[in-house]
Amino acid sequence: MKFIRKQLDNIKPTFEKGGKLAPFRSLFDAIETLFFVPNKTSQSGVHIHDSNDSKRSMIIVVLAMIPALLFGMWNTGNQHFLSINETVTLWPAFWYGFFQVLPIIIVSYGVGLGLEIVFAQLRGHEVKEGFFVSGMLIPLIMPVNTPLWMVAVATAFAVIIGVEAFGGAGMNILNPALTARAFLFFAYPSHMSGDAVWIAEKADGFSGATPLADAAAGNVGNLPSVSDMFFGFIPGSIGETSTLAILIGAAILLYTGIGSWKIMFSGVVGGLTMGFILNAFGGNALMEIPAWQHLLMGGFAFGLVFMATDPVSAAQTSKGKYIYGFLIGIFAILIRVLNPAYPEGMMLAILLLNVFAPLIDHYVVQGNIKRRLKRVKA
Amino acid sequence: MENLVNIFVKSIFIDNMVFAYFLGMCSYLAVSKTVKTSVGLGFAVIFVLGITVPVDYLLHNFVLREGALEWLSPKFATVDLSFLSFIMFIAIIASMVQLVEMIVEKFAPALYSSLGIFLPLIAVNCAILGGSLFMQERDYNSIAEATSFGLGSGLGFFLAIVGIAAIREKIRYSDIPAPLRGLGITFIITGLMGLAFMSFMGIKL
Repeated sequence: MKFIRKQLDNIKPTFEKGGKLAPFRSLFDAIETLFFVPNKTSQSGVHIHDSNDSKRSMIIVVLAMIPALLFGMWNTGNQHFLSINETVTLWPAFWYGFFQVLPIIIVSYGVGLGLEIVFAQLRGHEVKEGFFVSGMLIPLIMPVNTPLWMVAVATAFAVIIGVEAFGGAGMNILNPALTARAFLFFAYPSHMSGDAVWIAEKADGFSGATPLADAAAGNVGNLPSVSDMFFGFIPGSIGETSTLAILIGAAILLYTGIGSWKIMFSGVVGGLTMGFILNAFGGNALMEIPAWQHLLMGGFAFGLVFMATDPVSAAQTSKGKYIYGFLIGIFAILIRVLNPAYPEGMMLAILLLNVFAPLIDHYVVQGNIKRRLKRVKA
Repeated sequence: MENLVNIFVKSIFIDNMVFAYFLGMCSYLAVSKTVKTSVGLGFAVIFVLGITVPVDYLLHNFVLREGALEWLSPKFATVDLSFLSFIMFIAIIASMVQLVEMIVEKFAPALYSSLGIFLPLIAVNCAILGGSLFMQERDYNSIAEATSFGLGSGLGFFLAIVGIAAIREKIRYSDIPAPLRGLGITFIITGLMGLAFMSFMGIKL
């Protein structure tokens, strides 16, 4: 550590104002704060000092995603070998998936952080930590067959239009990773849904449909067993298949207090409520899937744990969080079941509620003001 | 009954005036700076659409459409006055807006002054005329259907303008690049909201 400190101190002057490499100051800044907690303290007023900063909490979110990522890598290999009818063994499957997924991660981080650094230079702010999480989320919610240039275009769109236009991380209104996913979904629909995209180098003739797409097409008989869906041995986006791995991540987020339990809890309640209502109506095969099975399918668990709880784009007030989560659950299942065009409703439900989160907050705050005024008068 | 609910829900979410057809943009962009005034304008639009669409429906079906005048005398069975529909619809809309303006001025003077010129301009808001023309084009079967379409479209506009007003209040302190401040970022937000609203496209009710 001392060695790194010394090196950094040595080259620091070249990055400061007037130094040779001054235009790259924010890059240096980012690297320095990556290794060392900044020793700047506030000059005025009373502040609570906490060792937790946004860099640390973002890293914890990335750690919480690691189980889903590792499982996703293995499952990529697993699905590939299943489709070409070979026996699956642990390590070959994992390495196969590893080399499929790694390029996507590199592209997403490279493009995103690159743009982030460019904007930090142009606009004179620091490199923000927000993209640590988005850069990991983007690969996890892509189908494994997504061409790399699409990942790059979508990441660029999300970073420029979704985040930097609003003034950088922390001021965006939509979750950047979901913006990227939705952009690809509407711009290149044939690469984002259907049977062919979920399995790497799939053999023709092997059906690679996700359970949700299968169910939407009416083949409820094809549904994998509940345990397969829970452990994640099914086709799907890279990180979303295994509910178990996501639950491990959720436990980490809840234990550290970084993810909001209010949103997760009310989201599950909302999903179940809508599921039961649709069960009561019945009508078609998709409506008759037991409500609790919806929680295991598609991106519901992943979206609820990692994306609905995004502290920037979610509702900020505590009453608002219950409403926000509940409506996400309701809309996710509603879109999933009623909209034949999109078998996956979670992404769009979260985006929709991201849009309305400020409105929810506004009315919760107004309600509080009204209640307090009443109390003052009484 | 079920049909009415379908039309209502469809016109709020799926055929949203703002995000699906991009109608009524001028007041949507101009009056969405605070939630309070946008709620006022939203209610005004719900009211005007809720009245003009059914009134225009009657007008269309009993006066303007080809053969609509048959109820007067069989002689008129071939008369087609539909070339008058634009001007007649606008006349109805303008008088309704006048009514709203008088009501708002009387009962909510603060809202009246904050809405300013945009209240009378509802008369030329394309979402309102659009409502009547969609009604004509889609051939609703009864006045109840036309009313539920009108109210639903108004509610869709209300949701859109209130939603963006809350977002604009939230980003008031954001460090938005100078060239994008004001209307620029509002257009971008509208686009992103449209992306979120695409979740409803293709739902068959």
